[in-house]
Amino acid sequence: MKGRGLKKLALAIFAVAGVGGLVFSKAKLSKEWQDAALKTYVPPGEHDEFYAFLSGGFNGQIGVYGLPSGRLIKIVPVFSVNPENGYGYSEETKNLLMTSHGFIPWDDTHHPQLSQTNGVPDGRWIFINANNTPRIARIDLSEFRTVEIIEIPNSAGNHPSSFVTANTEYVTAATRFSIPIPQKDYPIEEYKKWAKGTITFIKVDNSEGEHNNRMSIAFQLLVPGYDYDLAHCGKGPSHGWCFFTSYNTEQAHTLLEINASQRDKDFILAVNWKRAEECIAQGKGKKMETVYYHNYIDPETGIAKSEKKTEVLVLTPKECPGVAYYLPTPKSPHGVDVTPDGKYIIGGGKLSINQPIHSFEKMIKAIQNKEFAGEIEGIPILKYESILHCEVKNLCLGPLHTEFDDKGYAYTSCFISSEVVKYDPKTCKILDRIPVYYSIGHLMIPGGDSAKPWGKYLIAMNKITKDRYLPTGPELPHAAQLIDISGEKMKMLLDFPTQGEPHYAQAIPASLVKPKVKKIYELEKNKHPHAVKTEEEAMKRGVVRKCDSNGKCEVHIYLTAIRSHFTPDNIEGVKVGDTVYFHVTNIEQDWDIPHGFAIFGAKNSNILIMPGETLTLKWTPQKPGVYPFYCTDFCSALHQEMQGYIRVSPKDADVKLCWSLGDQKRCAE
Amino acid sequence: MGDKLRPFQRLLIALASLLLLGVYFFPLWYIKLWAPQYPEWLGMFIWVNTITGENPHDLYNINILNHYIGMQEINPDIVPELKILPFIFAFFIIFGLIVAITGKKKLLKIWVWSFIIFGVLAIADFWWWEYRYGHNLDPRAPIKIPGGAYQPPLLGCKQLLNFKACSFPARGAYFAVASLILGFTAYIMDFFKKPEGRLT
Repeated sequence: MKGRGLKKLALAIFAVAGVGGLVFSKAKLSKEWQDAALKTYVPPGEHDEFYAFLSGGFNGQIGVYGLPSGRLIKIVPVFSVNPENGYGYSEETKNLLMTSHGFIPWDDTHHPQLSQTNGVPDGRWIFINANNTPRIARIDLSEFRTVEIIEIPNSAGNHPSSFVTANTEYVTAATRFSIPIPQKDYPIEEYKKWAKGTITFIKVDNSEGEHNNRMSIAFQLLVPGYDYDLAHCGKGPSHGWCFFTSYNTEQAHTLLEINASQRDKDFILAVNWKRAEECIAQGKGKKMETVYYHNYIDPETGIAKSEKKTEVLVLTPKECPGVAYYLPTPKSPHGVDVTPDGKYIIGGGKLSINQPIHSFEKMIKAIQNKEFAGEIEGIPILKYESILHCEVKNLCLGPLHTEFDDKGYAYTSCFISSEVVKYDPKTCKILDRIPVYYSIGHLMIPGGDSAKPWGKYLIAMNKITKDRYLPTGPELPHAAQLIDISGEKMKMLLDFPTQGEPHYAQAIPASLVKPKVKKIYELEKNKHPHAVKTEEEAMKRGVVRKCDSNGKCEVHIYLTAIRSHFTPDNIEGVKVGDTVYFHVTNIEQDWDIPHGFAIFGAKNSNILIMPGETLTLKWTPQKPGVYPFYCTDFCSALHQEMQGYIRVSPKDADVKLCWSLGDQKRCAE
Repeated sequence: MGDKLRPFQRLLIALASLLLLGVYFFPLWYIKLWAPQYPEWLGMFIWVNTITGENPHDLYNINILNHYIGMQEINPDIVPELKILPFIFAFFIIFGLIVAITGKKKLLKIWVWSFIIFGVLAIADFWWWEYRYGHNLDPRAPIKIPGGAYQPPLLGCKQLLNFKACSFPARGAYFAVASLILGFTAYIMDFFKKPEGRLT
């Protein structure tokens, strides 16, 4: 009796504790967080309002997230190979990653930028830079795929890139690391003698139609050997100009941490690209021999072409007066951002507590009145006082980068004080500040660097995560935070972890992209030379073995994939030493029915083939045997049955080349 | 008066004939399929002379799905009715116009009754095709439900495994029905006509 009484009591206590726990945990979510949850919750089956594109930093890719939910939707492979879908491994995509240094499987992506029309993101493409081996990629937003990559010659540390002009006339690139141009093995300590920088303008072909050969290097401006850091191009009145921050105007080559932080002011380089066009038209550019690669996907075949270029047009400021000016800016500035109206230029004076805002109008006046404080290699230095609109006093510690909302306010990220500060760039008055967790790098407002910000949200991209998520060992994700900027005061809404290390980002209303996104590739339009569009065609083409005079043999296997089999799925007659190419065409035309292909012992990856697409995986069998291949994507109820075998025989074996499916069998003559 | 149609009746039967032209421009029947993984629906139109997908690849995709349960491929080229149907409608158009021109009551009666018989037969034939698609299943199909049959509905919606199949007449059929109503109206007007000479 007693025992039962105790049991009852214990149960009662548990019940009360349980209910209490429920009540308590609900109460724990304060009103503030309940409001935030309502603002960021996207119910099942509904879509986010914005696409956000966050660079992946050292993962070399772009992460596509939905806002306001912060959900990761997709990683678009750009400069790094992606075994998940075969990007950079398939025969079709390999060439995208070709450079003058050969095939490069990795890079560091920093600054994505959407294509623009009249200074407003238009949702056609997004560009992104490779920092390490200088390149710029273009991603088509009808496919969310990298379709073009151009290498930048005479460059190192392609950091102030890939910023576009207001109508995407150009996409820009510049050197964070100065180098000898052309390259030569100078003693490093003779830095001042050999160090040169370049500002590169890449012409973009904006014509309609499905072609991917759109980028070409128009010219490179040869500039003094500083470290050029970030950029943005003008719009409205400042259209025709692009601005590049620089640090290390001390020209240190060692211990830059100290040696490049000595001067009170470094420079923003203002480049008048319309003036450059005039000089080039007058024949003032010089052709220079160099080597770089231009790679792009042929939309008809889906195969990347790789073209080697050997010449670039170089312009020097001395030969083209008026093409460039230096705007003194404190101190080792990072970001340079132009207000939506195009009137003010804000330098993120990283090591200064005061944020300088330059006036474009004053800059033009100072140029007209020749208010110069000196000149470096043909580039006049404008007087700081002549161009300064105002300084935002005591902005914060470590101001890095600024974006704008639709009401004319500016928001600057502050790395050291770990906060975002809101101010009015016209009056230089601080309005609000909000702490972020922890150590923000860039921030981003949808359209916030364009002529038309959609000023509803701001995301802070933070470098340090520490305790924000469940711990995952010493290596932690980076962290983003969503902030509501629709009101007078900024409000924290949401934390979400990010892939790689997002540096900069872009976002655009989903309605500008969604209607153009493809669901499948049209099989009918597939002009891949190794495509087989029906099972009959696959059985007819089957397997082809070609040997050269040295006895080296290539085997081409033509396969279709459809729910739930490959045609053919039994292959015999392949020999050790052969190089085998599996050309797999996904002959589905249904939305979201990819098929994968993997073969035992492949040293590359699997390939993930979209409906209507043909991809090729190379395989070099090492030993005789019977090897399975299978579909890697759970395509259907009988996905597990979607498999086949290939028989590999010794080099000298007398096995006929045959292929079959069910009771259909064919052999090579 | 005897066996001649009144001008209004002739106008009606002429209109009825011309309305039938609609069947050449619009599908007769519409079959839709929904499943959890097909929130966008798959759709199929039955025309006077062919079967098409609502979206470019719908028919292809329906056939891919059908192969799991062993349904035979839906291939408009092997349906003889689709070769004959255009001529049957052409017959009713021409015949109807002849009725209008000649104004013969007897011909109108033939037109109306033959059209009704044709309509019943066409629907029965459609049902027969559906029956065969739903029951003649490949014995080697990977998915076999004992006693399972997948006959789509003639009218309305029906659950077939994971798919909800809905079947409705489409615009072409409405043209045909409207045509029949006009023709039938012309035909029955004779029964309701006022006795002549009543006013005298």
